[in-house]
Amino acid sequence: MLTEAQAWELLQQVPDPELPAVSVCELGIVREVRAAPDGVTVIVTPTYSGCPATDMIQNAIREALRDAGAGRVSVETRLSPAWTSDWISAEARAKLRAHGIAPPQAAAGEAWQPLPFVAPRAPSCPRCGARETTRVSEFGSTACKALYRCVRCCEPFEYFKPV
Amino acid sequence: MTQANQVKTEGASRFALSRAVPDAHPYSAHLEYVLRLADSALILGQRLSEWCGHAPVLEEELALANIALDLIGQSRLLLTHAGGVEGARRDEDQLAFLRAEREYRNVTLVELPNGDFGQTVLRNFLFAAFQRSLWEALLASRDAELAAIAEKSLKETRYHLRHSAEWVVRLGDGSAESHARMQSALDYLWPYTTELFTEDAVDQQVAAAALGIAWSSLEPAWRACVLPVLTQAKLAPPGRSAFASHGKLGRHSEHLGHLLAEMQHLQRAFPGARW
Repeated sequence: MLTEAQAWELLQQVPDPELPAVSVCELGIVREVRAAPDGVTVIVTPTYSGCPATDMIQNAIREALRDAGAGRVSVETRLSPAWTSDWISAEARAKLRAHGIAPPQAAAGEAWQPLPFVAPRAPSCPRCGARETTRVSEFGSTACKALYRCVRCCEPFEYFKPV
Repeated sequence: MTQANQVKTEGASRFALSRAVPDAHPYSAHLEYVLRLADSALILGQRLSEWCGHAPVLEEELALANIALDLIGQSRLLLTHAGGVEGARRDEDQLAFLRAEREYRNVTLVELPNGDFGQTVLRNFLFAAFQRSLWEALLASRDAELAAIAEKSLKETRYHLRHSAEWVVRLGDGSAESHARMQSALDYLWPYTTELFTEDAVDQQVAAAALGIAWSSLEPAWRACVLPVLTQAKLAPPGRSAFASHGKLGRHSEHLGHLLAEMQHLQRAFPGARW
């Protein structure tokens, strides 16, 4: 049997399959852990509806806890409140940046309108720190990222979209 | 079509809807409503996935695939919910792969062929604008699961809308060739948008129960979003015509059957196959 604290500690080691630098806890996907004598229940909030990593994450959570002797592990999905990039921890943001991925800016108050085209606030370059960057593509290698390029160092980089 | 003819052509399918006799719906209004949302997302997702490996540039390849994934993800949540509403223990896969064409409730707009890239992004734009106003309204649904799905999907739909709106303007107000293609795409797609706002018994019942919003009431918000973009794109919607499509009633164009044949063939050939 595991305590809740032990379960949290184990889950801190479960990496996101598409962003192995950060754990599923740091991304804010794991919302709640409940320990009972016969097993552990983990509540997760998926990031994007179409994120192919969702099933892998749930399996990885089950495996990690089961291997540690948690007994019965059930993973439940909670959709509301919807996942927001604001839940990504400060440590994870630093790790993303070190990985060459610009962390998301605050999602709250993200101005949105189809016209006139107000470009979303551009992130700073995770490599050289320059503020002048341009968007190359609204969509990137995964659902959660967009593609940008730094005007100063000319390097392309990925930006974790604020949602 | 006279009502007698209508009944005759619909009689072939036990799942067909008769608008005249709402009580005869084999599905409850609540289930119909959720299936309309689920199927529209699923079919557009399946259509967009046809672009895999064919998009004009890599960035758009990624964008269309990502949008397709979002839509299929939304449909998975909605189909799972529909299975719960139905209460017949059908899961998302059974609903997606084992229903016949007439049992599909997507609007006809989403089953039309992709056409060229311009027509694809224009359809995405028209549909994303609709989905956005729909999700915003459904945040207040008494169906808590539907409200939660709307809350999540709204964030994704905003990206789809921004992406497609930018392309509509770029191509509509682009070269003579791109403008001509966009205008002809708009002439083709526009009549199918009428169906989005045609009210029927399902909408009325669901709205009366505060489980959803009547789609007809979304038209002003949709037009307020769509028309300024079209104007900036130098595109003009055609005038109203008598044409009406009925996909959400289960009466589809000739295109859906072909799409389903491809999407469902594995489960049809090997029922219950897993991997």
